[in-house]
Amino acid sequence: MTVILVLIIASIIVAGGFLVAFIWSVKSGQYDDAVTPSIRMLLDNPTENNNKNNSNNQSNKSIVK
Amino acid sequence: MELEKFSYDNKIVKQFAYATMFWGIIGMLVGLLVALQLVFPALNFDFAPTTFGRTRPIHTNAVIFAFVGNGIFMGVYYSLQRLCKARMFNDFLSKLHFWGWQLIIVAAALTLALGFTTGKEYAELEWPIDIAITLIWVVFGINMFGTIIKRRESHLYVAIWFYIATFVTVAMLHIVNSFEIPVSFMKSYSWYAGVQDALVQWWYGHNAVAFFLTTPYLGLMYYFIPKAANRPVYSYRLSIIHFWALIFLYIWAGPHHLLYTALPDWAQSLGVVFSVMLIAPSWGGMINGLLTLRGAWDKVREDVVLKFMVVAVTAYGMATFEGPLLSLKNVSAIAHYTDWIVAHVHVGALGWNGFLTFGMLYWLLPKMFCTDLYSKKLANWHFWIGTLGIVLYAVPMYWAGFAQSSMWKQFTEEGQLQYRFLETVTQIMPMYALRSLGGLLYLVGALMMVYNLIKTVKAGSFLANEDASAPALPKVVKTHGNEHWHRWIERRPIQMLVISLVVVAIGGVLEIVPTFLVQSNIPTIASVKPYTPLELQGRDIYVREGCYTCHSQMIRPFRSETARYGEYSKAGEFVYDHPFQWGSKRTGPDLARQGGKYPDSWHYNHMLDPTSMSPGSIMPSYSWLLDNELDTAITGAKIRAMITLGVPYPAGYDKIANQDLIKQADQIVASLSKDGIETMNNKEIISLIAYLQRLGKDIKGETTTSK
Repeated sequence: MTVILVLIIASIIVAGGFLVAFIWSVKSGQYDDAVTPSIRMLLDNPTENNNKNNSNNQSNKSIVK
Repeated sequence: MELEKFSYDNKIVKQFAYATMFWGIIGMLVGLLVALQLVFPALNFDFAPTTFGRTRPIHTNAVIFAFVGNGIFMGVYYSLQRLCKARMFNDFLSKLHFWGWQLIIVAAALTLALGFTTGKEYAELEWPIDIAITLIWVVFGINMFGTIIKRRESHLYVAIWFYIATFVTVAMLHIVNSFEIPVSFMKSYSWYAGVQDALVQWWYGHNAVAFFLTTPYLGLMYYFIPKAANRPVYSYRLSIIHFWALIFLYIWAGPHHLLYTALPDWAQSLGVVFSVMLIAPSWGGMINGLLTLRGAWDKVREDVVLKFMVVAVTAYGMATFEGPLLSLKNVSAIAHYTDWIVAHVHVGALGWNGFLTFGMLYWLLPKMFCTDLYSKKLANWHFWIGTLGIVLYAVPMYWAGFAQSSMWKQFTEEGQLQYRFLETVTQIMPMYALRSLGGLLYLVGALMMVYNLIKTVKAGSFLANEDASAPALPKVVKTHGNEHWHRWIERRPIQMLVISLVVVAIGGVLEIVPTFLVQSNIPTIASVKPYTPLELQGRDIYVREGCYTCHSQMIRPFRSETARYGEYSKAGEFVYDHPFQWGSKRTGPDLARQGGKYPDSWHYNHMLDPTSMSPGSIMPSYSWLLDNELDTAITGAKIRAMITLGVPYPAGYDKIANQDLIKQADQIVASLSKDGIETMNNKEIISLIAYLQRLGKDIKGETTTSK
């Protein structure tokens, strides 16, 4: 059953990596704001609206067919 | 602040979308064939590449790595660019990733059909393809991290975290599980043996579900559901907790696939505990996805994309409720080896992965082609037919699993087993038929989608490069607290990349460790001996034909199993099994104590026509084994590989192995000839008989001598 050591070590290393990533994300302020990111992701492009009825407004889009 | 102009690469998204649809149809078509083969064994066509043992791995590999795989890349390439406000890192790497992955899929389909397999479920592909997968995965990683590094949005949206976890963990799983020693160009032996191999395999298998079928799709859920509903996710805070809790718990749950097997008890319990805990983050995620639509349920009535996504998230919730339940030892005792598990995975695969993919495709393609969906009505029909298909698939399989398991365990009042194994199979045949119907409906729905989307694509004009603009990220991020420590941590994306590369490098370090493991392969049961050369060759044919897809070799310590099959399996019996062949499903009976149960001639006739020995059997014929000649030129190389792995053959045995092989083959030919069967000693069937007659023999000798 020594192989379980390999699995545990590998898993712990990955988990440790995630822990470092987690600490970084908290310390660097990634989660200071837990509201606006969810709204910001909805706004794709400041220059154009994503609604379908605007899709014929292709002034700033390069159409390739 | 200066606005930077750039464009999103839609072409790569389109390519992955087309590949998703193409491989989806192929994978489901093969799935339908596999399902029908259980109802009509004639559909095996008496042809090796189309026999169940080979078509089933083709189906699983195609739907997981080709359909869902391409679906992941489609969604990631679309959402990552927009979340990072940056084009993909490198267009060439995108192309390389796309074509590399498609080539791997084609190679996988061909080699599996030809019988090149490692015999480890969901990791069947042979070593050259394993290496190709690693390389392409790294290409994907570089492309993804490159994009993250050059992003113009400092906050990493939760979806990106899910993508990162997917990349890192899949890399580790694939590398650790794929340690194998090549024997020839397309043949290798797993580095691990028996119980160790089983543990590694199911650590991989479970985490493949976790990090290939779940985490990337959760990331996609957190992007595409808010997008499709045009509403922010219910609780962003919950999504963050969901992510971190999920990845820290998921890695440890693998042993729940091996409950009541020869795996040590403490390892089993560890798996159970973590599996039960998993329900919390899983349901947190499901609730978060569903509640995103709070106050907008009227949209779900109108919008077919949201319908698909709602059913997908609901299916995720059901599957992740059932998972912890199945991880309990008393539930596993009933469900393991039955169709219950097949039902469970298909709720996840058809509902969660399939429907979320369909939802993404219906949303993405019209958007990229600047048009509306060709027919909303047709998409609605797809939704209902698909949902009906899932129900017709899952319910019969639950029924079949429970019925069969109950029959296996049923004793008469006199204390005898009430049903022969075959009776438990014929009993559930109507369920198999109904399941095929469910699968057919699901496939029909998918075909309707493909038609609908082709029409959509024809009507629209493709936007290959979507212009966008965003201010560049300030180079220096505001610091606080310990300056020195932060300076290092500030280079965050690079640091993330470093972490991931370190993790990948661990694979290389671990390469040394398995050599130490060889030591622990020393048998703990004195009577367990290495396979003879003929048996070893026969075992490779057993692996090649995918016998493990229907037959287990692991008797659990239950009265109902020991009464049916014999003494329960011990860990020490498998020390020379590279790879292990415990199996996970009993469509046919367990074979762990098959040796000596029937005469050689029974096996010969049974392989030619199973129904001649067991009327009503749904096992396919393996007639080609009677004609194919055994490749004895490779025997020496196989023995040498086994010696490297620590199997105690005498030194120099590889040179004389074929003499022993022929001697044993002649004995079997003589025994067959006594029963009126004339054949030659160089046929593949001879080696397979030798292997089957060996199964469980070692320990039988042990118990008789100790008595």
